[in-house]
This record gives sequence, C-alpha cells and structure tokens, in this order.
Amino acid sequence: MLITCPYCGPRDVIEFTYQGDGNRERPQPPSQDLDAWNAYVYDRLNPAGDHNEIWQHSGGCRAHLRVVRNTITHEILSTAFARGGHKSADNRAEGRS
Amino acid sequence: MSPRRTETGGRIDRLRTIRFTFDGAPYTGHAGDTLASALLASGVTLFGRSFKYHRPRGLLAAGVEEPNALVTVLRGEVREPNIPATMVEIYDGLVAVSQNRTPSLAWDIGALNQLGGKILSAGFYYKTFMGPVIGPLKGTRFWMFCEHFIRRAAGLGKAGTAPDPARYERMNAFCDVLVVGSGPAGLMAAKAAADQGVRVILADLEAHFGGSANWSGESIDGMPAADWAQRMAAQLAGNDNVRLLPRTTVWGYYDGNTLAALERVTDHKEVAAKGEPRQRYWAIRAGKVVLATGSFERPLVFPGNDRPGVMLAHAAERYVNEYGVLPGQRVALFTNNDSAYRSAVALKKAGAAVVAIIDVRSDVSNEMRRLASDAEAELLAGHAVVATEGGKALTGLKVQRFDAVSGSLSGDERSVHADSLLMSGGWSPTIHLASQAGAKAEWDSSRQAFLPPKPTQRWIGAGAFTGSFSTAEAIAEGRAAGLQAAGGAALSAPLPVVEAVPGDPDPAPVFEIRAKGKSFVDFQHDVTAEDVRLAHREGFVSVEHLKRYTTLGMATDQGKNSNVPGLAIMAEALGKPIPEVGTTRFRPPYTAVSIGSLAAERFGDLKPERLTPMHDWHIANGARMYSAGLWYRPMIYGLPGETVEQAYVREAKATRDSAGIVDVSTLGKIAVQGPDAAEFLDRVYTNMFSTLAVGKARYGLMLREDGLAFDDGTTWRLGEQDFLMTTTTANAGKVMQHLEYFLDVIWPELKVTVTSVTDEWAGAAIGGPNARAILASCVTGTAVDNATLPFMGIVHGRIAGVPVMICRLSFSGEMAFEVYSGAGYGTRVWEALIEAGKPFGLVTYGLEALGTMRIEKGHVTGAEIDGRTTARDLHLDWMLSKKKPFIGSAMMDREGLIAPDRLELVGLIALDNRALNGGGHIVEALDEVNPHDSLGHITACCYSPALGKYIALALVKGGRARHGTRAFVSDPLRNRFGPVEIVSNHFYDPDGSRMHG
Ligand SMILES: [Zn+2]
Repeated sequence: MLITCPYCGPRDVIEFTYQGDGNRERPQPPSQDLDAWNAYVYDRLNPAGDHNEIWQHSGGCRAHLRVVRNTITHEILSTAFARGGHKSADNRAEGRS
Repeated sequence: MSPRRTETGGRIDRLRTIRFTFDGAPYTGHAGDTLASALLASGVTLFGRSFKYHRPRGLLAAGVEEPNALVTVLRGEVREPNIPATMVEIYDGLVAVSQNRTPSLAWDIGALNQLGGKILSAGFYYKTFMGPVIGPLKGTRFWMFCEHFIRRAAGLGKAGTAPDPARYERMNAFCDVLVVGSGPAGLMAAKAAADQGVRVILADLEAHFGGSANWSGESIDGMPAADWAQRMAAQLAGNDNVRLLPRTTVWGYYDGNTLAALERVTDHKEVAAKGEPRQRYWAIRAGKVVLATGSFERPLVFPGNDRPGVMLAHAAERYVNEYGVLPGQRVALFTNNDSAYRSAVALKKAGAAVVAIIDVRSDVSNEMRRLASDAEAELLAGHAVVATEGGKALTGLKVQRFDAVSGSLSGDERSVHADSLLMSGGWSPTIHLASQAGAKAEWDSSRQAFLPPKPTQRWIGAGAFTGSFSTAEAIAEGRAAGLQAAGGAALSAPLPVVEAVPGDPDPAPVFEIRAKGKSFVDFQHDVTAEDVRLAHREGFVSVEHLKRYTTLGMATDQGKNSNVPGLAIMAEALGKPIPEVGTTRFRPPYTAVSIGSLAAERFGDLKPERLTPMHDWHIANGARMYSAGLWYRPMIYGLPGETVEQAYVREAKATRDSAGIVDVSTLGKIAVQGPDAAEFLDRVYTNMFSTLAVGKARYGLMLREDGLAFDDGTTWRLGEQDFLMTTTTANAGKVMQHLEYFLDVIWPELKVTVTSVTDEWAGAAIGGPNARAILASCVTGTAVDNATLPFMGIVHGRIAGVPVMICRLSFSGEMAFEVYSGAGYGTRVWEALIEAGKPFGLVTYGLEALGTMRIEKGHVTGAEIDGRTTARDLHLDWMLSKKKPFIGSAMMDREGLIAPDRLELVGLIALDNRALNGGGHIVEALDEVNPHDSLGHITACCYSPALGKYIALALVKGGRARHGTRAFVSDPLRNRFGPVEIVSNHFYDPDGSRMHG
C-alpha cells in the first residue's frame, strides 16, 4: 500500500501508523454525555468499501493525514492533512474553568 | 557409471563429482544435479513414506510441486524439514535424510496403517475429536487417548529445536517491470522490456533461467532451446537496467503491485561467501508485473497411481534432458492428451524402451500415432491403467479397455511389464499469484483448466500461464507482454523460430479411472478419490468444507497437483459441472517461507540497539546489561562471586545508607513549547500544570480517552512557554504519538510544538543521605542547599565545566537529584559525579536496585499501569483535578471503573520469608490441588534490605480493605505456595521524611 503524504510524496505503508476511524467526533469538554463519549471512544464504522481514516506519517514528517481508503482493494482514494479539516470544535474556552 | 545416468546429454557438469549423504549412506552426483536427480541416477526409487498410510513413495515431479520426496536437510545442529528433494541443489557435504519412517525408509512399521485404511479415511480427525458418546473414553478424551499415537504416525518432517544461526536479509526493490518466471515467455518479456530502457527484475525459483527450455528438447532459432535460454539470460545480465534473481520464489502478490519474494542465496553452497545471508526476503514494488509462471502437469487418478516409479510425464523428460537421468529402462505412458507423446519420444531418444502408450482417448490423431511409432511404442488407444504392481518399485501395470465418455471399463485386464509409468492428466496454468492479487479463476472447458481472468492489478500474463501451452505462443505472448508492460510500441521484427513436436493442447475430460484400489488425489496428504466421495456422502458439498474435511490441498504443497483433479471428482459426485463447484482462492505464500527471512534484520546481530551515553562506562565497570525494549540498561554492577540478589541488595542498601547513582538517560523526554504549552499540559495531564512556577517540576499522570491510566512522569517548567516532559522508558514513543495526535487532529488551534529530545540529554539520578553533599562538592555556578534547591526545584550549574540542569526529585525515596547534561558530555559528568562520590562510598546501581527501592516506596511503573488499572486502583486519585476537564476525565467515573471489587494496588510481605514471583496469584485459602479463585496477582517483587523481608506489590480485589489481613500466594506453575500479609504499598518511609530532608 502506498500513501501519498502531502509533504513527503508517495510512501510505503510501513512508514505510517493507523490512528483510527476518521468519522469519530470528540464531544466538547466538559461534556459529560456518556453516550456521546462512548460513541467516540468505542464505536467504529467498519465499511466494506471507502473508509475515512486517520493515519500518521510516523516514519516520516509525523503529520496526521485524513485518508480515504477502500477497505476491500486497499486503494487510496485521497489524502489530505488532518489538521484544519477536522470537526473538532475550538474548546479552548471550555478547557479553562 | 551410475545405473540410470545416460551416456551423454543433460545440463550437468559431468567432470565435477559431488559427494553427499542421504539417510547416512554416501552418494555422488554432478554439479547441476538436484538431490532428486542425483539419487534417481544412483538407482534410488524410494524417497519417502506417505503421510497417513506410510505407503512407499518415489518421485512424482521434478520441480517445486513435488509432493512425495520431501527431505530434511541438516546443517550442523540446524535441521530444515519438508524440502522437496527436487529443489535441493547438491553440494559437497550435503546431509539429507528422509522423513516419516520408523526405523528406516525401506522397513517402516507405520506401513501397518495401510491395513487399517478404513479407519484413517476422510474426516478421521473430526470423528476422533467427537469420540464415542459413552464409556471411559467418551468425547474428547478419546482424542487425547489417540493423539499420542496419531501424532507419531502421521506427519511430515520434524522441526529442529536448536536456534538458527543463519543470517537473513530484507531488501526493498523498485522496478518498472517485474517478470515472474524465466521460461521462453518470461525471457522474451524481460528482454523486450529491458530494450525499452526501463528497470526490469526477472525472478525464477529455479537455479537456472530457461524454464521449460532447459528440458523441452525443442530448438529455438536453430539452436537447442536450453542454449537459446542461456544466451538470452547472458544478454539480460549485461544490461544495467536489469536485475536477475535466480533461486528466487515470488511467493506473495499484495495490493499496490507489491510482491514478496524469497531468494535462496546460499542454500546451495557448501560454504557461504563472507557477508552473504542464507536467504533474502525481497519486497518488490513493481510498476507492472508480467506473470510468466508456466503450468503444472496434472496426475491421473487411478488405483496404485502413487507407487514408486509412477511419475509425471514431463518430469521424466526433465530428468532425461536436463539431468541426464533415465527414470526407467522399460517405460509405459498413460495420458489423456498429446503432450505425453513428446515425452515418449524424448525417453526413446535417451535410450529407454517405450513399451506402451496408454491413451484414454480412442481417437488419437495421425500425428500422435506417428510419434508413437517413432518411439517404437505400442499404442493402446481407448485404454486405461487400472492397477500397478510392485513393492517399493514398479514392476508392471494392468490395463483395460476404457470409454472416455462414460468412464466405463470393459474387456479383460492385460498386463504390461514396465519399471516406469509416466502419466499426464493435462496441464493447469500456475495462476497462484494472479489469484492472490484478487482475480477469480475462470474454467476453460476446452483446456480443462482454470485460466486467469482479466487482471485486478497491474499485471499482464504470458505463455502457459494464460493457457497458451506451445513455446511459439509463449515467445509471441512474452514479447508482447514485455513491450506492453514497458509502454513500448508493438514490434514488427520477426520472432525467434521454434521447432517443436506438435500437439493439441486440449486434453480429454478424464481425471479419474474408477477401479478397485486406492487412487490418490492428494499425494502429500494421502487423500484418495474415495475420501472425496465419502465427504460428499457425509454432506460436505462446498469446496471449502471438502478441503477442510478431507485436508485435500492443505499439505505443504498446497495442492499444486491435486486441486483440479479433486475438484473434478467432487463435481462428478455432486453431478455438477466443474465451474459450478467453484475453486478456492490461493493465498500467500506460494511455497513455504522461512520465518527467519521475514524477521530478517530485526533479529540477532542486526537488531537495532539504543545505548545510553554512558553505556561504555557501564560495560567497563562490570555492569551486567539488561535489554528493555531496544534499550540496554545496567541490571546490576556485580562483584566477583555475587548473586544477582546479593548485588542489588548491596546496591540498594548502600544507597539508603550513603548514596547511589543510576543512569536514567532512557527516560522519555519531550520538549513541550509554545504559548499554549501550559494549557495543553492541563488537558493531557490529570493534574494542573498551568499553576506550576518556572523553575519547578511536578509529577503528572495521564489517562487514555477511556479513562484508564496511561503514563506518569515528572514535567519541568523551564520557562513560561517551555516545558520538559519526562515519560516512562517504555511509553516514550506512545506518549509522543498521543500528544501529536491531539495537537494535530483534535486541537489544531493550540500553539504548541512537541519535540522528542530523549537522545539529546544524558541523565543521572543520584540519591541517598549524602547525595546533596556529593553534588555540593562538584557543582559550580549554583548552590544546592534546601533554600536554593527545594524539593521539586530546578537549578542550572556546571559539573566538570559542563552545563547541567539539576532537578531535586526522588524515585528511590531518598534525598535525590536528577542531573541532566548534553548527551555528548554524559560520561564526563557521570565520571565527575563518581569521583566526587568516592569519599562518601557512592555506589552505582542498576535496574534491580532501582526496582527494589521503588517497590519499597510503593511507586507504580508499567507493571501496575498495565492498561487495565485506573488512577483510583493505583491510589493516585489525589491527582485527578476537579477544576478542569482532561483527557479521560469524562470516562473515568464509569460504573465498572469505580466498582468496589476492582483490583487495587497493595503491598505484600512473604510470611514464610521466601522470595515471591511476579505473576503469582493471591488466594484467600490455600489448596494446592484446587486453588481458590484468584483475588489478584503480584506485579513486582524483591528482597527488601530496608525491611529485611521478601516483599511485593500486587493488584488485589478490594485491596485497601484487606490491609493487615492474611492471604496466600498460589503459583502452581512454579510450585510456590505460602502465606503473605497484605499491607499498604507504601512499605518504607510512608511520610516521605527522607526525601524531603
Ligand atoms: Zn510525510
């Protein structure tokens, strides 16, 4: 499998670390909504087909990438930096209390 | 002259004699021989005993698909079992032995199994698992009773127990075109691609390039095909853009056109050249792949088809033409297709008498009739072999009239006297790699074979692989495939001209002759046609179930000979056409792959090592090293005659009495810097770091998102926006990744950078009542008194002129300091500290004493933060801030994580004054035969010099409530039982008066 890192170009999968399902949404602290936290920590999509994933280029520039991968053929459909595109809210204000 | 060696011919070097042994007896062969050809030349017909029935077996094939002649090759203490003798190139001093026989190949008591053939039929294992329903051996007990005998009787070679001293390598390779297989198709493809100037790799599992050209007896461009192949290979070798890999089996085809191959670099050599590995694992990333992997000839299934002397027809041709060995003097052939006629001519030419050609087809072409008469063979068209005769070697066979359409036999049996029977059941393209790549094979009813379909990855097929069995087609397809793969335009230049014996590539659809006796489908696993039918009668209708129930195709050869005949027999039993029964998908590896080659450099000499800056000093000063992950750390600095326990007890005691020093350079160190660094640390640690003053350190705990404990360590605030985080040695990488993930994915708005600085700093921890005095005597530029350097304070100064950073923190529980300097100056600072400590009796201590002192203090490490424990379980709940959310804070109070019966950290004291063991279980009452339910387990243990007792840390159910009570350690595996007292984990100086000074 080859993943094209936007910094480093096409690199072998051996240089990357899988960092999980990219569809998860982290609840905004200080939320104590356990269902939402459970879903975030434990629930994973497991599609036979295109899947939105996070990979870290751990053996390279160490950037986290949002990768769309076909789980059947292992074809990589797209890669982009995870930074910025993620749905995580700016929870800095809530972080301090 | 050996009995079966021809006077001339073959590709062997008759001037070079090679000596080797087989089953202890000396033999000779020639350079270019395989173990199979050399033994066959020496008159050996018996090569092995079969898997279940211990039937005598000889050579069936001449190549990688050989199912019978498996041998074990011995090199010193190392034994490698289950290698086909056809793939072992002989060298001087080769020692090979046969397998699955007791006491010897010729006289094997296991052959008695043949008498009990009914018992060992299909599904025998499964039936034995179930066993009788009642009685003393009911259920699985019956299996346990039988297992001992079955394991001895049924089997292949025995694996060795000695460590493998060989070295293996992994290579990554990149090319535009990878050509797999070097027959005429592969050679043409490689040449055509190479001429386009692209990077080409040509791999073949055989020692010599050429494939079928080496034994077909055909001629190409007016010269013997073998010479043509040699010339092509030589031309390719002269090209800079071509890499030739002989003895290299491409065994796996993975996504992204990544292929795995195993090169046998020195297995054929008496002595390896300097630096040569035994085998090399190639990970090849190819732009395009040309699959020119050829085809396998199929056996016919008839009674006695496994008798030594019954061989595939092309294999006989190969022994004659490539090795100059005649498989027999009086040869009969049995076929359902034209290709065997060429074999007949070849054997005749080499000097054998071809007594008969038995062809299941009644309408044999005039061309074939002419070939039969050229071979001076009697042609028995519309006949079939119904039995073979002889013991350990064939003496004759019986034939009967046969109707190829109905499969019925008629007329009287007729005897044919022959010492060799060559069979051909048609040809199956070697589509394994294409199948691995995801392509589903398609049945071709005229070829009676599975052909590769449209590629699912970037490969192009050529030659027999595609079902084009003639050399002329292979040459044309090979060139076209090579050009296409290299992106070149079609060529109009003439193709090499082939002179070959003609023949129709389509066989008659006959796979089995149904007559009385055992007819083998899978030779290596001893599966007969009747076993397949029995499985069908017992209700196994899917091809996958059939495989598992009969074990058809599941031996080391993975059914290279047996897949199609087995499927055909099942299709007949089901009354369905073959394509409706389907076929199984091939999985990697194509042939057996040594585990050593997969581990390659990650093992032994070439395993990466991490050494601290003071490593050489430790070695020079008698440290016994301990490997922790990739790190090497001193375990003890033993004195002559000391045991490990005596050494660490002395080191720990001396530290508590005066002072000790330990290398802590392996601790993970991460620079956390930026305007939001303090905010970030508040989010990742359970406790507060934004309130930490510059010049102070704080102990911190991290949780995972699920609320369980993750890692701990101290973090130092070096500046307003500058922190130095330390992690445990084992978790340094994981913590780094954890921080990066949150910064990059979850909180990209935080202005923080994290940098691993583990290797930039050397660290020494010096502790004990005299530690401060030692420091004071060697540090310049700062005081180290209590006012200047309070507990958890940080100062900067110099030791031996080297800038150092000193933090007063303690793991040992003593007044202690961690001294950090630039890694390159680590030894200089270390030596200065040692020198300064001399008047105080400073000792160096290793991991054992470090561990002892931390157990005495009840500190946790990875043994307790084991991914299952919470902060509360470890009595670290005081660190859980209620003033802010942090990673894990939302999940840490879930019902199951605060239950009263959770395992909690406690201390244990052995009341019988004997050592405890890590992993031993704690029980309420002692019963060595039927131990009671476990209350928990020991995580760390030692002899405590401070307490004068054997103590341990343990995780015990409802631990705190059990303080002061008795329990027992129960460790049946190591036979350690005895009473313990459960106490607080803070064994020693619980109020911390020693470290606070
Ligand atoms: Zn990168």
